[in-house]
Amino acid sequence: MNNYQSWGQYPRSTPQTVLPMHWSNDSVPFSSSDRTFLPYACGRSYGDSCLNNDGTLLDVRSLRRFISFDDHTGVLRCESGVTISEILHLVVEKGWFIPVTPGTQFVSVGGAIANDIHGKNHHQAGTFGRHVRSFELLRSSGERFMCSRQQNSDLFCATIGGLGLTGIITWAEIQLKPVFGPWIATQRCRFSNLNDFFDLSAQADQAFEYTVAWIDCFSKGSALGRGIFIRGNHQNATQCPSAPPKSRTKFTMPLNSPFALFNSTTLKLFNYAYYYNSPKKASISFEPYDRFFYPLDSIQHANRLYGSKGFLQYQCVIPRQDQEEGIQALLSHIQRSKQGSSLAVLKQFGSIASPGILSFPRPGTTLALDFPYRGNRTLNLLSDLDEIVVSLGGAVYPAKDARMSSYHFQQYFPKWKEFSRYIDKKFSSNFWRRVTETADVPTNIEMDQ
Amino acid sequence: MKLLILGATSAIAQEALKPFAKERADFFLVARDKVKLAAVAGDLRTRGAGKVEEYPADLNNLSIHQNLIDTALANLNGIDIILIAYGTLSNQEACQGSVDETLREFTTNCLSIISLLTRLANYCEQQRHGCIAVISSVAGDRGRKSNYVYGTAKGALSIFLQGLRNRLMNANVQVITVKPGFVNTPMTKGLQKNALFAEPEFVGKKIYQAIKKRQDIVYVPGFWRLIMFGIRCIPERIFKSRSL
Repeated sequence: MNNYQSWGQYPRSTPQTVLPMHWSNDSVPFSSSDRTFLPYACGRSYGDSCLNNDGTLLDVRSLRRFISFDDHTGVLRCESGVTISEILHLVVEKGWFIPVTPGTQFVSVGGAIANDIHGKNHHQAGTFGRHVRSFELLRSSGERFMCSRQQNSDLFCATIGGLGLTGIITWAEIQLKPVFGPWIATQRCRFSNLNDFFDLSAQADQAFEYTVAWIDCFSKGSALGRGIFIRGNHQNATQCPSAPPKSRTKFTMPLNSPFALFNSTTLKLFNYAYYYNSPKKASISFEPYDRFFYPLDSIQHANRLYGSKGFLQYQCVIPRQDQEEGIQALLSHIQRSKQGSSLAVLKQFGSIASPGILSFPRPGTTLALDFPYRGNRTLNLLSDLDEIVVSLGGAVYPAKDARMSSYHFQQYFPKWKEFSRYIDKKFSSNFWRRVTETADVPTNIEMDQ
Repeated sequence: MKLLILGATSAIAQEALKPFAKERADFFLVARDKVKLAAVAGDLRTRGAGKVEEYPADLNNLSIHQNLIDTALANLNGIDIILIAYGTLSNQEACQGSVDETLREFTTNCLSIISLLTRLANYCEQQRHGCIAVISSVAGDRGRKSNYVYGTAKGALSIFLQGLRNRLMNANVQVITVKPGFVNTPMTKGLQKNALFAEPEFVGKKIYQAIKKRQDIVYVPGFWRLIMFGIRCIPERIFKSRSL
């Protein structure tokens, strides 16, 4: 039974009502309530950008029909509740792939657009929004807007990265990319410190479509930022492991763990073992796409491993000119705080611009960290990290955020006022109310057909 | 493989049909709403279905049944699998106050299905193969005050299917009674959801598996078999005073 929380299970939230939308031509009773609305599909946003306390959540997960797929051009049209997993199950065997994928396949197309998600190939492909051709947006006036770069383009750009606040995406059309099969040719090698990461990344980004690094955030001194570098490309026409990929056995967490399984000791041990278990020199191996892109998806409800207190993810980006200094400062501060992150990931973003007004990625380096929620200790640490990020002109990712202040949000996203003019007046979220608490929010534009 | 789906816009039916589409089956889809039918058809075509015919019809109108079946047969050139997935969740209180309402509900959930099954059973028996799967309900296992109009229709349907199963056994025609418990669909939108509610994806998958395995009576999820056995065992003099 869905209790409509976010992935981090922090903060806990109770919508006043949940209204399912079963068909894309359903009319929604927007005027039946004074309260605000927010679409909700898979609930994989970490913080509160998918929550609407005391308001109405529109459960759009039933909008999960495919509409059409042209397997010559790779253009796919589907309802917004279809997940990346469902798309890949349809298209990979026909020689197509999703152009941008996050670290889980269980996000909806609507969610992918609303968060303008990025992946390990940002340096070559940009964000998801770049590959969206069009979508239909249902606003609280009852009007449906066809949005594309040519039509209602301002609403198109506001909705990409718009956190579901501009209306409901009922269906979307995406340009997929051709692939030769389900395998990824991958290489992994360990590196000794942060400088080595930047060197490896600079080399790898030219030749590899997918690059990312796992970081041991307990390492310090000359080993600060040591980790494992992972790079990969889709198989080429001649590379074809003989056996097809086997489907992985899934383990499920049926309930929240009674205590957080991660603490400093277990994490230090795990990190040590994981780091030294990886080879010094990279060699090619083939992995099926779901193992390469979605290692954590093999544990269903993996978020429950953190227990009922939940966890917070902090993902920031430091602009290119200060990236070495900035990431060093962040990692040093975390190491000194003794609050271990159970997952620390580092990646360089490229320069390809997104059409989304409120898009998060920008040229520089992104660091993503998971912290079990331990009350004010955790919140204070993240506030400290905010000070480092804001001083260097960086940003924090709304899709992962549960606590950034309105001051920091407005610094991170200077175009937020321009974006807010496109918000539908009947739509809101916990996140939006929090980050505009102390601001004069401009009045919404009334959209005409 | 050729499938006739009566109630194609049912949330459960939509899920059950997806794996058949991947196997390139042909479909003849029947439902009332043309627009919804088109959406379901588009989904199945994209997933790999062969031919998909959309036939808007109100199955409560018994006079159209023969023509509908003839059209389906001609269109598909034979039928291998029939899935009957339409129905309404009767408002018990409204039915108690109105004979018309009660009889209308009984027609939708039982008599109209019997009308279709009588004709389809004869066809399947003649062609000496086929599979008929019908969504009944655990509510038909015992009458209780909260939903006995719905329960009666589903109970009558289940017994009819049992007889049909017995009759068609020698004609190599499989008859499957699907008995879901609570399912999270538009039909149950007025009910408070709890941990007993299954998702349509789960129920649809079980129907697909039941058809492939040629099962008889399938409780979905399986724990309902035990629960309903327990409920059926309660002596009437105790049950009649309970509010189960």
